[in-house]
Amino acid sequence: MCLAIPMRIETINGQEAQVEVGGAHGVRTVSLALTPEARPGDYVVVHAGYAISVIDEAEAQETLRLLAELETFYTDEMIARELRG
Amino acid sequence: MTDTILLAHGAGGRLSHDLVRDVFARRFANPLLDDLDDAAVFSLPAGAGRLAFTTDSYVVQPIFFPGGDIGRLAVCGTVNDLAMRGATPLYLSAGFIIEEGFPLADLERIAESMSQTAQEAGAVIAAGDTKVVNRGAADKVFINTAGVGVVPPGVDLGANRVRPGDAVLVSGPVGDHGIAVMIQREGLRFQLPLVSDCAPLNGLVATMLAAGPGAIHCLRDATRGGLATVLAEVAEASHAGLEVEESAIPVREPVRAVCEILGLDPLYVANEGTLVAFVAPEATEAVLTAMRAHPHGREAVRIGQAIGEHAGRVALRTALGARRVLDMLTGDQLPRIC
Amino acid sequence: MRYIDEFRDPNLARVLVERIHAGATNPMTFMEFCGGHTHAILRHGIRQLLPATIEMRSGPGCPVCVTSAGDLDRAIALADVPGAILTTFGDMIRVPGSTHSLQEAQAAGADVRVVYSILDALQIARDQATRPVIFLGVGFETTAPTVAAAILQAEAEGRRNFYVYPVHKLTPPATRAILDAGEVRLSGILGPGHVTTVIGAAAWEFLPRDYGLPCAIAGFEPLDILRAIEALVRRAAEGCPAVDNTYSRSVRAGGNPVALETMYRVFEVGPADWRGLGLVPASGLHLRPEYARFDATQAFPVEVAPVQEPPGCRCGEVLRGVALPTECRLFRRVCTPLRPVGPCMVSAEGACAAYYAYGESADD
Repeated sequence: MCLAIPMRIETINGQEAQVEVGGAHGVRTVSLALTPEARPGDYVVVHAGYAISVIDEAEAQETLRLLAELETFYTDEMIARELRG
Repeated sequence: MTDTILLAHGAGGRLSHDLVRDVFARRFANPLLDDLDDAAVFSLPAGAGRLAFTTDSYVVQPIFFPGGDIGRLAVCGTVNDLAMRGATPLYLSAGFIIEEGFPLADLERIAESMSQTAQEAGAVIAAGDTKVVNRGAADKVFINTAGVGVVPPGVDLGANRVRPGDAVLVSGPVGDHGIAVMIQREGLRFQLPLVSDCAPLNGLVATMLAAGPGAIHCLRDATRGGLATVLAEVAEASHAGLEVEESAIPVREPVRAVCEILGLDPLYVANEGTLVAFVAPEATEAVLTAMRAHPHGREAVRIGQAIGEHAGRVALRTALGARRVLDMLTGDQLPRIC
Repeated sequence: MRYIDEFRDPNLARVLVERIHAGATNPMTFMEFCGGHTHAILRHGIRQLLPATIEMRSGPGCPVCVTSAGDLDRAIALADVPGAILTTFGDMIRVPGSTHSLQEAQAAGADVRVVYSILDALQIARDQATRPVIFLGVGFETTAPTVAAAILQAEAEGRRNFYVYPVHKLTPPATRAILDAGEVRLSGILGPGHVTTVIGAAAWEFLPRDYGLPCAIAGFEPLDILRAIEALVRRAAEGCPAVDNTYSRSVRAGGNPVALETMYRVFEVGPADWRGLGLVPASGLHLRPEYARFDATQAFPVEVAPVQEPPGCRCGEVLRGVALPTECRLFRRVCTPLRPVGPCMVSAEGACAAYYAYGESADD
């Protein structure tokens, strides 16, 4: 129920997409029957040959940005703590 | 000649003789085989040290796959077993069990491949045998190869020589063969530029031995069960502990992608042209340099070391810095959805 | 690999680990419902990074583990239908039924084939038009819509030799059943990220509302899991339960409406027999009457005898989060991946198999 991988849609033909994953092109046909809104260039989460969601790239970047901010904050904190001795 | 193999081809009469001559002897051409006597008789090179001897059988499906075929596998497998003990391969035997109805053209293709691979390895196929069985009694063709080689004096490779402090090296990315073969299977087809790593490694081993005389303690061919199984076997046999870094282990992107998609662990996927070396620490740089200068070792890298703790076990440090134990593969890895 | 590698960054992981340590001053027990999470947690060594105050319990989110022995026996019987091709995900092939497994049936001559997708099974049905091709439909709400979509496609093609044996199950009812059983005290639940991609984060609101439990919907990369655990720690410490969607790049509040509509067009909800939980009402999916012609058990009725659980096997308790694999006396001594007694050891993401493969720290 869980194993699903992000893949990038290269071309769409009806309900079928050719995808790129791990730098390889046209890896497999993925069905877009459950994500008809997907477009070429979108990343989709693919489970058992079907796309189940279109990745919200803005959300992904925001998540990583927040984590990076946290990391900077912690690193600064740790450095400050070390300087204080 | 007919275009498929018949039971009569294994019966020992005229058809058998013609098959051996036209398919095999012609391609494996060498003085030892040409007379088609009952056995090959040869002397060993002057100053030869000890002999190495090994055998293996090959039943792979599909028999033709990107980067090789069952014939190439059969030659490489036996050559590499010899090479892992430091032996120079000299003579191979090849026994074929063929299913009635097998296309002659396929058999010729396999024989051609074996001839080329043997030449690549500098070995001679000096003896052989063919049998034909009823349809259904074998899956297309099974091949057994045995091989004899000479171990130079002073070369002693084995798991019992591994010591804490030894560096663990791998000759290239892992998982290529198993994944290249798997994605040919109906139901698991992926279009990926993946090729089996199937190759004879005796040339690579020779350059390694020259670069670090006495410093190479153990060599292992990471075949079925993958890198992790080999590491676990060596750890168990050597009574040393092994520690490897997940992020240091090379895996090609397409192999990684298929493993992520199917839920497989590349560390347990079969290889057919990749070795693991356990090397004295002071010789590591020299050996790696020599490996990288060789076509089958271009991406050689150090992945860890033998240590004095947790003897007999392998610890993998994950990318997150946590450690977990790597055990041998139990059963086959299967694709999963969960 | 895009959207995988970034979520494995060890530096970002370290920060989350520190926050978890800082926040988990009291003992907390979280259940990861999903077998994929159990597997990921152990594969990346996350258990080792967590403070001793946090205990992770596996739930029944392993579709292989919760398939009842009777259902599995029926699948094996279908494999023996003359001329039939039984197609299945790899997860199921080694699970023992009463007498043997699908893999053993294959060795005895049944045509059993592992596929990556039901679409591969449909292709086999096209290629082998004279033989019945049966697909064993396991999985939760992530997989069921794909099976439904394939059935609709088979119907549109007029395919007459394609069948499904559906044993799909629904996760919120199973979660309720575990909590209602009251056997395990939890501080929060790690929500299944791909099931929730389909059913929507709002489907878990009942956890804080009815049980006072926080739920963090998690993806499957290390950063996803750590973020979710960090959220659970914070909520548990604050005493302010809520649903946190920490997998927002894939999960929306309403899920995937197209997937849900497709699933419910082909399937209807009914009772299901869960290994370890018994019969749970309204927790399984059955083919609607208008799609009955795709139902393998109607096309090929098979009789199976009632089954006993193997003595000493604690899979049921492991699946309910009541026991750890290491607390089962058979674990490792008698029950191993090579000689599994129960389904939790056979399935690659069953808790027992995951613990066996990954669970030992080298420091033990």
